Order: sequence, then C-alpha cells, then structure tokens
Amino acid sequence: MFGPLTVNPVKSKGSKTGSWRTLLRPHYLHKNCIACKMCAMICPEDCVSGKEKNAFLVDYNYCKGCGVCADICPKKDIEMVSEESKSEDK
Amino acid sequence: MKEFVEGSHAIAEIIKAVQPGVISAYPITPQTHIVEDLAQMVSNGELKSQFVNVESEHSAASVVLGGSATGVRVYTATSSQGLFYMQEVVFNIAGMRLPVVMTCANRAVSAPINIWNDQQDSISLRDAGWIQIYAEDNQEAVDFHLIAYRLAEDKRVMLPVMVCMDGFILTHGMETVDIPEQEKVNKFLPNYNPLYKLDPAHPISMGLLADPDYYMEARFAIQETMKESIGYLSEISQEFNAAFGRDYKDLLVEEYQTKDAEKVIVAMGSVCGTIKEVVDEQRAKGKKVGLLRIISYRPFPYARIYEALKDVPRVAVLDKAVSLGAYAPIAVEIKAAFYGKKKGPKVISSFVGGLGGRDITLESVHEVFRRLTAKEVNSDFIDLKPELLKEEYGE
Repeated sequence: MFGPLTVNPVKSKGSKTGSWRTLLRPHYLHKNCIACKMCAMICPEDCVSGKEKNAFLVDYNYCKGCGVCADICPKKDIEMVSEESKSEDK
Repeated sequence: MKEFVEGSHAIAEIIKAVQPGVISAYPITPQTHIVEDLAQMVSNGELKSQFVNVESEHSAASVVLGGSATGVRVYTATSSQGLFYMQEVVFNIAGMRLPVVMTCANRAVSAPINIWNDQQDSISLRDAGWIQIYAEDNQEAVDFHLIAYRLAEDKRVMLPVMVCMDGFILTHGMETVDIPEQEKVNKFLPNYNPLYKLDPAHPISMGLLADPDYYMEARFAIQETMKESIGYLSEISQEFNAAFGRDYKDLLVEEYQTKDAEKVIVAMGSVCGTIKEVVDEQRAKGKKVGLLRIISYRPFPYARIYEALKDVPRVAVLDKAVSLGAYAPIAVEIKAAFYGKKKGPKVISSFVGGLGGRDITLESVHEVFRRLTAKEVNSDFIDLKPELLKEEYGE
C-alpha cells in the first residue's frame, strides 16, 4: 500500500501565498505617481505590475505586506492600510 | 560455488553479484571489511559501480537515498554508532519508500565504547520502517542479502531492508559459504525498475512537506505494507529455495525441536547456533527442550509465533539488547503475542545476555534453561560479574 509520496512540482506562481500576509497591505493612491517603477523593482515577491502613471497594481495573491513599496515610493503615493479597511482595489 | 571465506568477504561477493549502481559507506568496525572488499572490487574493475567515499555515515545514507531516488540499485553497510548517525536518513529512506538494502554488522553502542557484538544498534531502530532480518550464520547472511533486494524492490513492498548479522561472530568468522552464481542471481533478481524516480525530463518532488491532511496516510501505508510483507517474505523464500536449493521456510521464524517441547528459548541471530547445540545435548538425555529462532524482527510475525509456542508451557526469551527501564525488546513482543489469547505458555521469562560481546557459552544457555522455572523473571541478566558492581562514587 502506498500513501502520498510524490508531488508534481508547480512553478512558484502555482502557490498562492497571499494568505500569509501581515496585518497591513499596500494601498496605491494613484494621485502623484510618476511611473518611476521603484515599487515594482523593489517588490521581493515581484507582484507589482504597471507601466503608466497612476496605473500600478499589486497582485494580492502573492503580496506579503512587507511595505517596502510604500517605503521607497518618492511621492508617498502608496500607503499601508489595515487588512480590514475597505478599499476598492483590494 | 563453495568457498571458505570470511563472512564480510562473502557479503562483498554477493553484493558484487547483485551489482548495485551506487555504493556508499563510511568505515566502522565490525562492518569495515565488507565495504573495503567492495571498494577493491570496484577499483579492480570487477564491479561496475560508483563507489562514493564520504565523510560520515549521515552522508553515506544520504548518498544511497539520493542514488535510490534516481532509480538505481544501491548498497550501504554500517554498525552501532554509524547506524545511529544515519538515523534521520534511515527514517527518510523508509518514508520515501526507497528499496535500499543495508547490512548492519551488529555491535554494542556507546558509552562505554565497545566494538563487540550485541544487537542494540539495529533493535533501537526497529520503528524506522525498515524490514529487519537476522542471520544465524554466514550462508544465511549471504542468501538473505539476495532475498532482501528481491523483497525491497518488489512493487508491492518498496521498503528498505536491513540484513543484520552479528559483528565479529559472523563478519569476521571463517565459514564455508556457497556463493550464488552470477547467472542464477541475474535470473532470481531482475534489474531494478523503479515505480518513480528523479528525472529532469519528468520532474517530481519526493519526501516533501506533508501537512496534517496528508501525513497519517503515508505512515499508515507503511504499516499496512509491513503486515503484508509477512506473506511476501514466505513467497520469496520459496522462490529462493526453488532457485538455489536452500530452504528458509517462511523466513519468519525457525522452529528447532519445539513440537513436544516443555521448555523453549526464543532468540535471534548467531547465538541460536550455540542454543541448538545445547538443545541437541539435552534432547539426547531425554529432556524436552527446543529453540524458536526469530528471523524477521520487523515485520514481527505474531501469528506465526503464537502457532509455534501456544502449547509450550515455559518459554525463555534471550535478548542481546535492553530497553533500559522496561522489559527487553523481544520479550515484549513475545508476551504481546499471547496477551488475551486462550492458549499460551504459563511462563514467559526474559533474559538479557551477551551485551558488548560477552560470550554466550554453552554453559550460559544451560543457565537460562535452569533459571526457566515456574517463577517468571523479567530482564534477568545472565553471566553478570557481581564483583564489578561494587564500585562506589560519591557519598
């Protein structure tokens, strides 16, 4: 008899790890964005995407809420909000 | 072909015939001669195998785990502290259902450091998920390795097998051994064809995290396979007999003069040769005594033992290991086999002997029969030296 022994590996995108997020998540204000892409480049999960000004988005399926995007944003256009707070871009 | 050889060399010869693709081991007495011989065979070109020299037993076990995971037949050997150093990998090998075959040259464990024989090392790893079979002599040790590979690689089993042979007594003992011929070995043991393997073209992950939703089933499956293996041992033993003409019956136990016996010793390994001699001697004098030798310690053949001993009034279990603070390891199993049953021995006494290589002589066996009275004893040490117990430390 055999139990569970092997697993077919999936790429890391197959594991939706956003549920591990801390109590805060980034909220993109989309007001003063200059499309410098700092937030996308620094994201350790590589889950920020966007090209145009005020059009950057976070994929919350992977975001862990580390807050480095909010910290590095030169225009302070990203703020960390509590997980419970209602927001249309969640 | 019959040869008069050292036990270790005989094992190296049969492993050569089995042709493992990967061999890895770290030297430790009394196992060293086996892998020394194998290393020489590889470097002489007699055996085409990758012999991996490692810095520790933990690495040796890891190398054979990895080798087996890639779908190759593998071999390793160790003893005592080496086996303990392998421990976490030993459990992993069983959990990943890899058909690794290992020789354990049984040796006492530290401290005090002792290189001589008892069976504490392999018995301490009884819960690892490895099938454990114990040889009485070198012919058996050789044959059991062949049977071990057949059993381990059987698609219904896929569990590692540890062939246990008493250190020095067997590994360094010279005996005439019939080493199976290569063609017969090839016929009995076909090439290993894994159920699954690590292959970059078809990637799989093995042995990874199983959360509470998955873990129990993996363990349960090993437990079930262990139970089923009792039947497979017998089946493969019969096939072995047909191919090589040596009959190990069901490969679970050996009954020696137990049929009408009033007193029977239960034991395991090479000491059974000595016990048989005492049994013969006593039988010649008309005393009804016998021996039940355990061959398969894991899986433990409870039903078979019940059948063999149910009409014997007095049974002595002779352990060459202790479970400190509890009943001796084999004695526990024998008592469990009869608990709640209608029939069974009136007395099951437990004796501990031969630790750290102290000889179990003919006289020791006589002593066990003498102490096997109507009064049950537990973990009664034989051949103790009371004068050594007078040391005092502290206030």
